[in-house]
Amino acid sequence: MDSSIRWFWFASPQTFFPLAGTIARWCAAGAALLAVAGLYVGLVVAPTDAQQGEVYRIIFIHVPAAWMSMFIYLVMAGWAAVGLAFNTRLSFMLAQALAPTGALFTFIALWTGSLWGRPTWGTYWVWDARLTSELILLFLYLGFMALHAAIDEPRRADRASALLAIVGAVNVPIIYYSVQWWNTLHQGASVSITRAPSMAAIMLTGMLLMALAFWLYSIAAVLVRVRCMIRERV
Amino acid sequence: MLAVARAVVRRDLLLALRRRSDVATALLFFVIVASLFPLGVGAEPNLLRSIAPGVIWVAALLSSMLSLGRLFAADHADGTLEQMLLGAAPLGVVVSAKSLAHWLVSGLPLVAIAPFIALQYDLAPGLYGVLALSLLLGTPVLSLIGAIGAALTLGLRGGGVLLALLVLPLYVPVLILGAGAVEMAGAGLGPEGQLLLLGALLVLAAAFSPWAIAAALRISME
Repeated sequence: MDSSIRWFWFASPQTFFPLAGTIARWCAAGAALLAVAGLYVGLVVAPTDAQQGEVYRIIFIHVPAAWMSMFIYLVMAGWAAVGLAFNTRLSFMLAQALAPTGALFTFIALWTGSLWGRPTWGTYWVWDARLTSELILLFLYLGFMALHAAIDEPRRADRASALLAIVGAVNVPIIYYSVQWWNTLHQGASVSITRAPSMAAIMLTGMLLMALAFWLYSIAAVLVRVRCMIRERV
Repeated sequence: MLAVARAVVRRDLLLALRRRSDVATALLFFVIVASLFPLGVGAEPNLLRSIAPGVIWVAALLSSMLSLGRLFAADHADGTLEQMLLGAAPLGVVVSAKSLAHWLVSGLPLVAIAPFIALQYDLAPGLYGVLALSLLLGTPVLSLIGAIGAALTLGLRGGGVLLALLVLPLYVPVLILGAGAVEMAGAGLGPEGQLLLLGALLVLAAAFSPWAIAAALRISME
């Protein structure tokens, strides 16, 4: 390996610990700023929607949370794969630290979705393809955390849950498409969450700001959790 | 390699034959779960006819999952599993054979019993073939995916409930396609699409899950 670049320098928990603290602080500050800006754009600046009225404003929480929920699962599976491949403890810790944040965003996406569904569709829950696959994603997160919690020995817990995360990641697309197909079989397009394609630029700005805020929040929360794990284990 | 697989299947079937009550319990469970639904939702024939494929498939899922705990537990307890891990035979072949034996004992009988349940639910006789075929293609996938969960939860306390939490979300595509095939046939449309996709799932699972099962066993036995 090239000696000028030390690829695994920060793979050691000891060297990563102070770096994680610094990054977490900056990300937390950035997340707070962006969230304030995003909420301001979303709740004050953005105009009222012509069809849905004020209710639509939940989109600024709902959609970024749904993005994060899916993205974090992939990142988690990625770190799990890195951990299994290189046998680095820190990768397993990152995967483990990502799970609660991912589950939280999945839950927020479901919760805000049902609050949004009540006034617009007239019901808290429909067995829509996206809702259903999001629910199953939540189950996958909970299974990952439950497996890790059930095994006392840290090494086995890390590796077993890493394998489960990878198996889950392979299955996510299959589950997603089968659920979508099942839904179109049963009830057709009675309710569709596809929004108007032309979204006002200001709404998009608000959503992107919130998405960035959620990103930074996730990074900060995960790194703080990793620091706790390092303290606990090393 | 084939000789190893044959020996493992033969051994597991022989063990199952010696402990017949274990096998019978899972099948009885399938029948009981399927019989509970009419008591819960009412005996309206049209309703029963429309929920029959889903109920039979959910019962099959649960019954197949229930017997997963035994897949590796006994071998783990008496040390056979360690010998299998250490042995010269490729672990992937051994676990494939064990999954096959699990399916022969817990999946294949469901295919035979399902028409009787369908009879109780007054399913149209023309659909029996599709139902049996969907179970024939789908239940091996359940055994293969379930074996990954069984290997991961090997020897854990509360393993049974944990296994359900891990495995059931992964069973969703099989349930959708299996029950969907029967419903499509019932609606007068061809079930070929779903059956072909089930076949594709079976091929995928047969190709990849032995690796995952073997890796999971190595992690659990380390």
